[in-house]
Amino acid sequence: MADLGRLYKDGEIIVREGDSGDCMYVVQKGRVDVVTQSGNREIVLRSLARNDFFGEMALFERDLRTSTARAVGEARILTVDRRTFLRGISEDPSLALRMVRIMSHRIKDLTARLTAYENTPQTGST
Amino acid sequence: MIATSRGFAKRWARLAESDQYSLSSGSRVAVIGGGPAGSMFSYFLLNFAEITNLDLQVDIYEPRFFTHCGPAGCNHCGGIVSESLLQRLATEGIELPSHVVQRGMESYTLHMDVGTVRLNAPGLEKRIAAVYRGNGPRESEPLHQISFDGYLNELAVEKGARIVRRMATAMERTGDCIEISCADGHHRAYDLAVVATGINSHFVESVCGSTARIRQPKKTTTFISEFRLGRSMIEETLGNSMHVFLLDIPRLEFAALIPKGDYATLCMLGDDIDDELIQSFFRSAEFKQCFPDAIVPPHACHCLPRINVQTARYPFDDRIVMIGDSGTTRLFKDGLGAAYRTAKAAARTAVFHGVSSRDFENHFWPLCRTIDADNRIGKFVFSVSGLIQKARFSRRAVLRMTASEQAGDSPRKRMSEILWDIFSGSAPYREILGRAFHPAYVGGLIWNLAASNWPSARRRDSETAGQGV
Repeated sequence: MADLGRLYKDGEIIVREGDSGDCMYVVQKGRVDVVTQSGNREIVLRSLARNDFFGEMALFERDLRTSTARAVGEARILTVDRRTFLRGISEDPSLALRMVRIMSHRIKDLTARLTAYENTPQTGST
Repeated sequence: MIATSRGFAKRWARLAESDQYSLSSGSRVAVIGGGPAGSMFSYFLLNFAEITNLDLQVDIYEPRFFTHCGPAGCNHCGGIVSESLLQRLATEGIELPSHVVQRGMESYTLHMDVGTVRLNAPGLEKRIAAVYRGNGPRESEPLHQISFDGYLNELAVEKGARIVRRMATAMERTGDCIEISCADGHHRAYDLAVVATGINSHFVESVCGSTARIRQPKKTTTFISEFRLGRSMIEETLGNSMHVFLLDIPRLEFAALIPKGDYATLCMLGDDIDDELIQSFFRSAEFKQCFPDAIVPPHACHCLPRINVQTARYPFDDRIVMIGDSGTTRLFKDGLGAAYRTAKAAARTAVFHGVSSRDFENHFWPLCRTIDADNRIGKFVFSVSGLIQKARFSRRAVLRMTASEQAGDSPRKRMSEILWDIFSGSAPYREILGRAFHPAYVGGLIWNLAASNWPSARRRDSETAGQGV
């Protein structure tokens, strides 16, 4: 029995908000929390498990990481390079199909969360 | 006016043909061979069919059980899942679980007569997987693990494919169908037949010429053997590193020793590998030093499978397509990656375009041609590597440049990156060749040629030759 990727310890930062990056990550084992800082408060944007990916924005744009990813318990993570990914989709655009589907689910989820937030009486808009 | 009507008639004929040669709900697909190419084709075909609301019936003809030890369950291959394939599979959502992976590789160790150097993976991450194609070598204890081929079979079955435990022996075109016949007299007609038998099967010979205009790919013989060392000994001697050998032995292109669970797999690639070449390699000090007390243990099992070294012409016809090794593969490297690429291209063509010869020519053949063209560049890359193998002064320069790159913390390690991509098969040969022409690489190589062959450096090297760097 052998594992792939790199092992991160509990609480270890995998990517940090504001860092530059050129790869995305796929969870092979364990759990990962994607968090962001809002003032002094940390907000958990998403909890990820096996086969979930994160950091995918770095594959499409040369921007800084918009959130931090942290291992929850021991987690094994595999990186996917920008070069390998782009070479793959230039040959086979359907390689991005699963990513597009998951990103579309994430947009749907964020829209629902935003709507719920806007409708809460104490924080809602006019 | 006449030209317009001719054009219309032509388009109408093409439309009629595309309808005749397209898969629809209820269509039957036969996949001959349940290795990685066959399983991945079935998986992706059913995946695309699900997206487009097609209800297809897929039968995979595979008489072997990949749960058997030795040749009965083995697919005769080194069993390396390359970095690029692993990353693409991860993107597709196909993860290789730990009970399929025998060992994750985090480095390559290059052995030459002038010394040894280790190339570490970026970020010390295990991005190359050593797997078994069956359930381990002959006479090994049954593993509580699943072979790579068995795992992919399971994925295809989960998607809805059916495994037919029969030996397909022939196929024949009957009207608008392809009929598959088996050794036990069973036969069935299909709308599409996919040949994924590899090239070590007689089935490919039966397809070529008689049923279709297909000509077989060119082949060469390789040597694969398994050495039982025990898990702890492997940890101690080989570690999580793939050991590759660049030795001045005529006709030997490349050899690699791949540590797995209790065994290490040796793969030798070259020009018509025979007993004389195998013995020359076994006698080399560089190979012996990989084993305890420099004694090569007797091998547990071995085989001389053939590999594809030139694409079949043309690996498709109406309702027939040849994928994986049966059609084309990458020269000497990443055979599993090529199986994935051709399997997926064929599945994409069948679902989104059709199954006529024209459909495969327009949407599947370009990938085969790309692989074939890259292999021609690969031949050149390997001939340059052959020259380096033959000249001691150039081997010294390669060793020096790689060792200094690995010891330093420069972000660009040009020689290491080229060697890594040649060994792992992660990048196209075209890209590797392009990087080899970069002025900084050429300048570095010239400097290292001079520095490593300076009399004082040569004296120092001769004193330290054979030691790990």
